[in-house]
Formats: sequence, C-alpha cells, structure tokens
Amino acid sequence: MQAQHEETALIQVRNMKKYYQAKKGLNKLKSGNTYVKAVDGVSFDLRKGETYALVGESGCGKSTTGRTLLRLHDATEGEAIYNGKDLFKLSNKEMNKVRKDMQMVFQDPYSSLNPRKRIGNILEEPLNIHNIGNKSERTDIVMEVMSKVGLQVDHYYRFPHEFSGGQRQRIGLARALVVDPKVIICDEPVSALDVSIQSQVINLLQSLQRDLGLTYLFISHDISVVRHISDRIGVMYLGNLVEEGYTDDVIENPKHPYTKALLSSVPLPDPNIQRERVILQGDIPSPLNPPSGCVFHTRCPFAMDVCKTTVPQSLNLAGNHTVRCHLHDEGITTEEKKVVNA
Amino acid sequence: MTTELLNVEQLRTHFFTEKGTVTAVDDVSFTIHEGEIVGLVGESGCGKSVTSQSIMRLYDEYMVEYEGKIEFNGDNLLNYPIKKMQKIRGDAISMIFQDPLSSLNPVFTIGKQIAEPLMLHHKKSKKEAYERAVELLALTGIPSPEKRVHEYPHQLSGGMRQRAMIAVTLACEPKLLIADEPTTALDVTIQAQILNLMRDLNKKLQMGIIFITHDLGVVAELCDRVMVMYLGQIVEEADVKTLFEKPLHPYTRGLIKSIPQMTGERKLELSVIKGNVPSLTNKPKGCRFSTRCEFADEKCLEEMPPLKTHSDTKKVRCWHYEEIIAREEGGHVHASST
Repeated sequence: MQAQHEETALIQVRNMKKYYQAKKGLNKLKSGNTYVKAVDGVSFDLRKGETYALVGESGCGKSTTGRTLLRLHDATEGEAIYNGKDLFKLSNKEMNKVRKDMQMVFQDPYSSLNPRKRIGNILEEPLNIHNIGNKSERTDIVMEVMSKVGLQVDHYYRFPHEFSGGQRQRIGLARALVVDPKVIICDEPVSALDVSIQSQVINLLQSLQRDLGLTYLFISHDISVVRHISDRIGVMYLGNLVEEGYTDDVIENPKHPYTKALLSSVPLPDPNIQRERVILQGDIPSPLNPPSGCVFHTRCPFAMDVCKTTVPQSLNLAGNHTVRCHLHDEGITTEEKKVVNA
Repeated sequence: MTTELLNVEQLRTHFFTEKGTVTAVDDVSFTIHEGEIVGLVGESGCGKSVTSQSIMRLYDEYMVEYEGKIEFNGDNLLNYPIKKMQKIRGDAISMIFQDPLSSLNPVFTIGKQIAEPLMLHHKKSKKEAYERAVELLALTGIPSPEKRVHEYPHQLSGGMRQRAMIAVTLACEPKLLIADEPTTALDVTIQAQILNLMRDLNKKLQMGIIFITHDLGVVAELCDRVMVMYLGQIVEEADVKTLFEKPLHPYTRGLIKSIPQMTGERKLELSVIKGNVPSLTNKPKGCRFSTRCEFADEKCLEEMPPLKTHSDTKKVRCWHYEEIIAREEGGHVHASST
C-alpha cells in the first residue's frame, strides 16, 4: 500500500518482557515479590520503510513496548537487535548514539513540549545533544525541518502555548526529525487531536515517510487510523501479541477472537451497515495477576478447557499471518475444542 | 416520536471573561422529542458541551448570561429561580459526564450516590432508596449489584464506573438524559457495551437522549437525528441516514470525508479540511466556516447565513450548498468519464 519496503528487518524484537515491581506495602509480608507484567514476551520485526502498528486497548502494553524499545524503561528480559547489536545490552553512552536513529513522538502535544522554551530552542536541543553542526548550521537544519512539517519561519521565536494542538504535534514531529532518524516511534500521535486536524497530521506523517524513507512503529488504539496508515498490524492484549499480519489480512480476515471482537466494536460512520457484533463481557483482567493459560480465556466467547491451562504458542498461518490461539491449533482435536464459556 | 420534550429557541450563552464577553453558543435552536436519541457533534470548542450545560444551567450565574428560550414541559427553564432549577436537575433532566472518575464522589459509596437523588426528589426512605439502587445497578448490567452497592468508585473499573454513573442519572427516571461524551474515555470494547446499554435503556424507558460526541462513528450507530455544530452554531441538522448519505454543509462533507474508513479500498491520502478552528474571541464576520471553506466567496465573508430549512427533516446553514453539491457531483461524473 505505502512506499515499497524491503522485507529486511531493521529491528528484531525477541521475547521482550517488561515487569514492574508492584508497590511493596503489604506484599512485603507475603513471600517473594509481585510484578505487574506490562509486556510479557513480545516478538516482532520492524522492517525497513514500513509502518508497523501496535493496537490494543488501554493497559495492553503497547506504549510500554514502544518505550522499552527506546530504553526509556529498561527491559526485564529479551532482546532487540538493531544493526547487529542488542539494544538492551548497550551501555547508556552507546544507547545515546543509537537514539539519533530512533526518535519518538508522544501522544500529548501539550505536556511533551517545554512551556518555557521557544520553538527554535526546543528543536535545536536534539542537535546540541548529538553534537551536530555549529550554531548556524543548526539553525539551518531547524528551519529546513520546520518547513517540511508545515511550520512557518516566524514560529521559530514563539512559545508552545501560542500554538494549537495540531501545530504542536507538528513541532513534536519536527523535534523527532531534526536528527535525521531512521525509525520514529509514534505513541498515539493523533489521539489528542480533533477529527479535521487528525487527517492533516496523518497525511503529513505519510508524506514524510515517502520523502525520507522513515520506518514507523505506530502505536494506537484507533483501528480506523491504523487501517489507513499501517502496512502490518500487531494486536496486543494484556502484554501479549495475540495476532500479527498484513493490515488488510488482519482487518478483513481476523483470526483471533479478541481481534474479531475489537474490530466489530469499532463504530462505523455509516448508519446503513448492520453488523453482527461480538460484544465482550467484563473488563481486562489486572496485569498484576493475569489469567493462567491463554490470557484472553476469561472473556473469550470460544474458550475451551485447554485455554485455561496451556499458553497458546504463536501459529503461522498463510501469508505471514500469525495468531496465538488454540482454536487454530490443528494439534487439538475437535472433541477438545468444545466451548466451555458459552 | 410525537410529544415535544425540549424546545430550545435562539439560545445564546455569553461568558464574561477577562478578555471581554465570549459568546460560546450563538443562536442555537432545536427540539427533542420523547424517546428520541439526538446526536450533537462537533470538534472541541464548537459549543456542544456549553449547549448542554446551558440547558441544565450548570454555570455560575454571575459569570454567564443566557438569551433565548429553553422550554421544557412548556416552561422556560431560563426563568426558573435556582431552587426550582435544582428540583429539575437529576430528576426530570439528568446528565452523564465524560469522565466517571471525576464526576462520581470518591468518598461516598456507589449506593449512596444512587440513593441520594431518590431520597431528595422522591422522598424515599433510605431503605427503599438502597433497594432501588441495587435494581438500577442490575439494570445497567453490573454483576453482583448487592455487593457493588457498598463499594466506592475507585473499586470499580472504568466501564463499571460509567455504568454506575448511568445508574445515578437513571435513578429518578428522567424524561431527558444529556450524555456528554460518555464513551470518549473508554476503550472500544467497553464503549460497545455502554452504547448497547444506552440503546436498550432508551427503548425500555422511552426517554429522550441528547448524545454529545465528536465521534461520527458513534453517531451513526446510535442516533436517530444529528445536529452538527461549528463555532457555537448549528450548521446542519438531519436524520442520521441522510446526514451520512447526503451531507449538505461543506463542513459536514469535509468532516465525513476526512475520517479514515474501515471498509472499502484504502485511500492513499485522506482528504483534509484546511486550517484550524478559529478561536471564539476572533470569530469570522460572516459565515463561521468561511475561513476554512474552499467555496467561500465575498458574500460568505460578509454575511452570516441563516439556518435554512432544506426539507422536512433537514436544515443547513450555508449560502451556496446547492451549487456546491451540484458542482462537486458534476465534477465527479466528469472525472470518472475521462
């Protein structure tokens, strides 16, 4: 759909885990520590020039995955191979160099810009940190990037509060672009924006990708935006990647019951479409104490006995489509596939 | 869809601020019938929330001035003294807010908060009110309501809190329910649950609902009729089917075109409404949308168009909508033939 990209992985993430130690308090009395399993064994490839989208509901670990990849949090386990090196094993100094190639755009354009700095200073800071160019070269780079994202020259001396949400998101994007990165991790970049502004920023992201050959890790809960912008989708639930595949395959032919429910919950802006809707019961369980077996079995309309006990492995279906669900496991007999939740 | 429930006529809401008077709602008129779900859509700052809060008169009266009429049951609510207004709030008209965590009181149990309007408005005894609270929680689909009734808001999840909030608003069986972005803070799977619930309750209890949202998808799913607001004014009003099939106002047309689609072929680029929403202190002189409209001419810049009745169910505020639609559709035919 979007720019042609090679099938080579730029970053390989393998078995990434991020556990947070739960607050001590009474837990001290119990033996051992309790952990919030925010990301629990996620593996995916980020291919050169593609947009890989991570979707899921709040608390599923999609943002933590993005932040851990950039080492804004330290990973508990796993590896992320970039240029033959494991990002999680680099020293802080080496990691800082890598960050020139990997930048981030945050969700909230109000809190992610320093209110006391002028736009010019905000945009020059990454160049200072990475020691790029001298004073006048830096200004030139900043001016060039500002025009790329649709900001005007006179915005250089203004403060963040003088801008609207959409423009601030352009500033956030410009700040990521000044160091000429290869990968941008976009954490819900359009969620805080109004509909008419959202489409402007999405178009900008896409045209920048075409012009600069960027790779995006696009984190979002808005599936219609993801369908528009991404080449591949990974669906997350409770710290696990439950389904992955090319965007059109996943959207048109979802395999995992959770993906099906998620897609059917998206309200369509067309009153003539009557859909069969899968409405999930209950809420996402706490990641402090995730369900045994398949993490989705407590809400799954097709849960079987085996789901309660055995963690499903990632199964490869046709067309690079992978799913973690016992329903698609041919090793399990139909007899055993008896639905118990219904 | 017969009896008129609420009739708003030429409502204007002025706020007194440091920078002078700001008119957040400017000449808004509409009618809500019994059992009807009406969507109020628009982007942030368009005045959709101010309209709803003006109906409830929730603003401090020293900093705001209302003009026009809000007729409910034949009486003008704007003439009511505050005491009388308090009797309406939570009884005949009630409201659901966006964020259930900040609109429920953290220091009282859910049960107390549901029982309060019943004891206040319907003079129920504490025991009766709590019994009713359990029923209401069950009605909104909360499991083991007799246990939940004694819990505090922080003990519930986001979706459950919104259900509890709905139970509070339904306590006195309101005739009119105003829902201000009730699902915006929720995840899509939970949103689907809540929308289902609201549809069921609307059928069961036959109340009128004003549903405020910025999500056109939610509108298409839930509402019977829609009003589109832009910068304090209603720019288009239509029943939901015709609004999506044949939008009239350039703003509505742009908005519908700019949302990414879940079905059909993926577009290479989204269509865009250029520019930003102007601020309320710096409103365009003529048509409010003229600064962003690609069809605006001198007349649009100078004169404000009236909300014109296009057909029985449709109203639109634009000087040139007929020509624009004719031109765009003509253009499409032309483009496809070449």
